[in-house]
Amino acid sequence: MFDRYIVVEDTLKDVPQGTQVGVRLPYYRGLGLSMVEAVDVTVDGVSADPAAVSVTLGDHTYPLSTMDEEYDAVWNFGEIGTVTVAGLHLAPGPHDVRVRLQLRVSYLPMKLVGQDSKTLELAAG
Amino acid sequence: MTASHREPSIKRGVSLYSFQEEFFLRRMTLEDCVAACADMGAYGIETLAEQMMPGFPHLSDAFYEDWHALMAKYGTVSVCHDMFLDTKRFKGRAMTDDEQVESVKRDLTHARRLGCSVMRVLMFVRPEVLVKALPYAEECGVKMGVEIHAPLHLSHPWILRYSEVMDKEASPYLGYVLDMGIFTDHYPPVMLERFRRQGATPAIIDHVRAEYDRRTLSEYVINDVREMGGTPLDIAMAEVTRHNLWSDPRHLIEQLPRIVHVHGKFYEMDEQDRETSLGYEQVIPVLREHGYDGYICSEYEGNRHIQDAFEVGSVEQVRRHQRMLARLIGEPEVAHV
Repeated sequence: MFDRYIVVEDTLKDVPQGTQVGVRLPYYRGLGLSMVEAVDVTVDGVSADPAAVSVTLGDHTYPLSTMDEEYDAVWNFGEIGTVTVAGLHLAPGPHDVRVRLQLRVSYLPMKLVGQDSKTLELAAG
Repeated sequence: MTASHREPSIKRGVSLYSFQEEFFLRRMTLEDCVAACADMGAYGIETLAEQMMPGFPHLSDAFYEDWHALMAKYGTVSVCHDMFLDTKRFKGRAMTDDEQVESVKRDLTHARRLGCSVMRVLMFVRPEVLVKALPYAEECGVKMGVEIHAPLHLSHPWILRYSEVMDKEASPYLGYVLDMGIFTDHYPPVMLERFRRQGATPAIIDHVRAEYDRRTLSEYVINDVREMGGTPLDIAMAEVTRHNLWSDPRHLIEQLPRIVHVHGKFYEMDEQDRETSLGYEQVIPVLREHGYDGYICSEYEGNRHIQDAFEVGSVEQVRRHQRMLARLIGEPEVAHV
């Protein structure tokens, strides 16, 4: 329902550990991290290894690999989380960033899937 | 004395869900949402803690003090808390009944602290869980209202299970929240127009619209669309009819004593302050004539159907909806809305 806002404009950044992008959940309320089942990131057609992906909310960074055990942390409604793909370094210029999120929403029998892709500009360092 | 000469007993409110687009994009704060409601004379406030109260369920005493100060500042009152229940919080196992009851109690405590008299309960919460939480709801003075939401309706078998339990428990603290979506008179034009922008076939759009108005069974409409050579998008458009329905407003009369709150769901208000798909003109008179005296809270849900092409203006949409409610409820002066 907020799919078009998943990938946040003007957030693509190169940092020492890799590449970062701002991401929002497409759902109409905040959700505990244990119920965020997948954060699939594809940059310029190449899928990131889930083992290299982490999400930072506030001061805390949660590796995707252990997010399903985060029972207290909440990705708030509209909150821009920072998704980091470790080890990925991009050249300055435009890049196609695609994010697919899979959420486990208790009252729905099926998974809630949201996806978005945008061309984001990486500024020259 | 006819109903139209009595002081209106139905009260107007707004679910802050209505402003989700603006809150999500940080264009409105919680206070902005409350101020907008007060400005329309909609003094009843309904909230989703998990949408606009970050930190829930660990909200501080200061949060609740600030909340009550906010209500006092704008002359508003908390009327309903919309709960969720994360039965699938733990990977690989569902919450036990005891855990579910604890979660429901947690929400009842929050509703009480906000000052709500009603808590909206999702209709997937099992009646047995609610019965176990009922003594605590009574202690809190918070009525649990199971939401009757399309495609279910007042006499759907799933809902009848709750009615049986309600008959047995006979407690005013267990009832229903009525969602206006069960009175979908026409296929919502905002949804059809979104399908049109996405590339749905014009002749099939016309067919689906007409068949909905004829109350044709969804499965037949979907079959028609397949036979007309419909694309996957055309079929998806036809499948929407599975999730919408028109109910007879007179069926409300029997259930009225159990209805503790009404969600004034709407998709689109036109410039004449009329909802383009839902049967408000037919339903509100029934609620009035039969003495419903609770709140109807506007619940705008059109943002998701227009945000691909248009700027969402939730406040103006809610204002039009409030003007319609004031007119149908019979408020003597609606100019202030």
